[in-house]
Amino acid sequence: MDETILAEKEAMLESIRSDVADFGKERRDLIPILQMIQERHAYLSPEAIKTVAEHLDIPTCEVFGVATFYNQFRFHPPGRHPIKVCLGTACHVRAGDIILENFERKLGIRDGETTSDKEFSIERVACVGCCALAPVALVGETVHGKMAPSKVEGLLLRIQIEKEKAERERREEEEK
Amino acid sequence: MREELFDAIRKEAERRRNEFTEAPVPKIHIGMATCGIASGAMETKYAFEQTLAERNIEARIHTVGCVGHCYAEPVVVIDHPESGFPPVFYHEVTAGKARMLTKLFLEEGDPRFEHVYGATVENELIPSVMEFPRFSQEKRVVMEKCGHIDPEDIYDYIADDGYSTLVKSLRMLPDEVIREVRDSGLRGRGGAGFPTGRKWELVRKSVSSKNSVSPIVICNADEGDPGAYMDRTLLESNPHQILEGMILCAYATGAHKGMVYVRAEYPLAVKLVTKAIQQAKELGLLGKGILGTDFDLDIDVFQGSGAFVCGEETALIESVEGKRGMPRYRPPYPVEKGLQGEPTVINNVKTLASVPPILKNGAAWYRGIGTKESPGTAIFSVVGDVIHPGLVEIPMGVSLRTLIFDICGGIPDKKAFKSVQIGGPSGGCLPADFLDTPIDFDSLTEAGAMMGSGGMVVMDEDTCVVDVSRYFLDFTQNESCGKCTFCRIGTRHLLSILERMTKGEGREEDPEQLELLSEDIRNGSLCGLGKTAPNPVLTSLRYFRDEYEAHVSEKRCPGRICRPLTAFYIDLEKCARGCDACVGCCPVDAIFTTSTRKKGIDQVLCVKCGECVVACPPQYDAVKRVSPPNLAPIVEKK
Repeated sequence: MDETILAEKEAMLESIRSDVADFGKERRDLIPILQMIQERHAYLSPEAIKTVAEHLDIPTCEVFGVATFYNQFRFHPPGRHPIKVCLGTACHVRAGDIILENFERKLGIRDGETTSDKEFSIERVACVGCCALAPVALVGETVHGKMAPSKVEGLLLRIQIEKEKAERERREEEEK
Repeated sequence: MREELFDAIRKEAERRRNEFTEAPVPKIHIGMATCGIASGAMETKYAFEQTLAERNIEARIHTVGCVGHCYAEPVVVIDHPESGFPPVFYHEVTAGKARMLTKLFLEEGDPRFEHVYGATVENELIPSVMEFPRFSQEKRVVMEKCGHIDPEDIYDYIADDGYSTLVKSLRMLPDEVIREVRDSGLRGRGGAGFPTGRKWELVRKSVSSKNSVSPIVICNADEGDPGAYMDRTLLESNPHQILEGMILCAYATGAHKGMVYVRAEYPLAVKLVTKAIQQAKELGLLGKGILGTDFDLDIDVFQGSGAFVCGEETALIESVEGKRGMPRYRPPYPVEKGLQGEPTVINNVKTLASVPPILKNGAAWYRGIGTKESPGTAIFSVVGDVIHPGLVEIPMGVSLRTLIFDICGGIPDKKAFKSVQIGGPSGGCLPADFLDTPIDFDSLTEAGAMMGSGGMVVMDEDTCVVDVSRYFLDFTQNESCGKCTFCRIGTRHLLSILERMTKGEGREEDPEQLELLSEDIRNGSLCGLGKTAPNPVLTSLRYFRDEYEAHVSEKRCPGRICRPLTAFYIDLEKCARGCDACVGCCPVDAIFTTSTRKKGIDQVLCVKCGECVVACPPQYDAVKRVSPPNLAPIVEKK
């Protein structure tokens, strides 16, 4: 198990190294590089940050300083179904915090964390710009508007059922 | 300039437009901006495509941007001339409704009156939507074409007279363009309201005095206010109008480089604006020697990484340079020394999008809209407790009452109006007494709020101003860049005072402490974020002081929102025997059955989510919410 994880990490780093080489070495390239890495690998690992620092020839702490300043960057791998709960003004007035709490309670993790089976992660975001549908939550890229605490359970259940269905189909396929 | 170059493009655009409108088949226009997609526009489009194919009906699907009527999404307009009906506007068109309309309207010619919202033009058969206040009282200048043209097709914009203003203005001298913009009285729509013509003049001056080679035009689309989304909608519905504004600005100021700074959180906007730039380049409207003149302009897209403070122009510049987005000392202002030390003009999306209409119709026309000091229109995203939320473009000077009650339909569920929060984290909460305030830069600032980004959150009687202030401070405290001590530590301290108030641990001296601290933060901060961060607290303290006092002295939340200060209980007189609606919905199993087979709430387990209030059938209406919590009667478990 550990070996596969290590091999995966090594492969990721290898691809980051080759991607970073396509960028310029100016300071203004820093944020676009970080955005590229996050887009392809969903998070910035410490090794990735070190690679970027070497490429731009600046201290690692400078890269960390910039990356931690902006809300976009995350430093832990998200779950397979990343959940984002919007806490913009309109969602707050319509009790978005209660939706967040329900996700936290149902999954047993806090915002910013990932479940131990790496299925779900919860994140709070400041406005996804669908204020008229408040409160809003995103599962993956799908926006779910007009959320209610009872809808949280339904959403998680649906993902669970879909997963089991896919599993069953895969097994049937194998048996054939 | 070689006008024949543009004439050829315009002819092509007209040919395409005519081919589309004259095709003898029905046309289906679907709103496909982010909010439309969030409400299911993708599924709707797919359902139309599928049903059309299944039934072998010929029709054209035209994907457009957002019309701003978010409450009605997904919005579809069906133009079926053969049926004898005018183009019909449908609201909330789900996939099922799409299938039904394809069959009944497109095939059988029945528009299904029960689903019709209105016709888009005046006619004798169906009332026109233009008669509804939500449409008739708006004045669309910036958003005129939003929701009518395909944002992914430059020809659609050109066929609607797009880029013709650019051609007209390239015949003028840059100074004449600036004069026109200055005379129009256009003020920056990013919130501060700095005169745009003056800004352009300053850049032009510093370009000529320093012999600078590469001044830069930046379009600020770093819309960070949680509750405002008009910039995103504009970029997603009509990116070419913004590009045209940028080209005009570059021509007037002498810039050859442009940049659209847009939040990475808006992936669709990033995609569409990138595509728009590409298309404009292909037609020679951007790049080297625009339309045969010796004027060059290249525009890039820079994705902002999500920091509220980067809406401030010097912080924005820092972040483009690859640093932490912390504001710089001003002066020197960016108009003298901005990105890479070059003169830089930074304008908001709405400001730039206002430029083409101004130059097309003239400064006098623009002055005729709005008020003397604030000419033109304002776009607000009206959200929260209103019946018709969405984007509204109104002339400046319209009163808050007209906007909230006439245009947006007022407060739902027969509740009373309590306050309106204008301008997001930098703005303030205004009570009902201010409903007759005209909306313009100066009147709002005088009342204690500010125009800001144009976010407007309407709140009904069941909201708590202390909680809203706490929310905004939580936001600004998080987004404070940390450069100025008063902003960094002061906002943190304001937040902790507000937090203890909402928990019922407030102290006697807290309201006064809030005022003193707010004053210090305002004086001790460098940029707009810190200077305006205490505004939500100061305005709500001014107008709703009694609520703060109730939190402190009575441990009571008048809006019954702050959860530690409220409790839910079930009125046994009203509760029905054997009904289990609330039990099923409770996420923490806090509801139990009493010896009389009625229900009670276990106050220890209850998380106060309010789900049982919604679940309780209206004929019983047995779940009550009280503050302070000790008002809830104790119900024994059997």
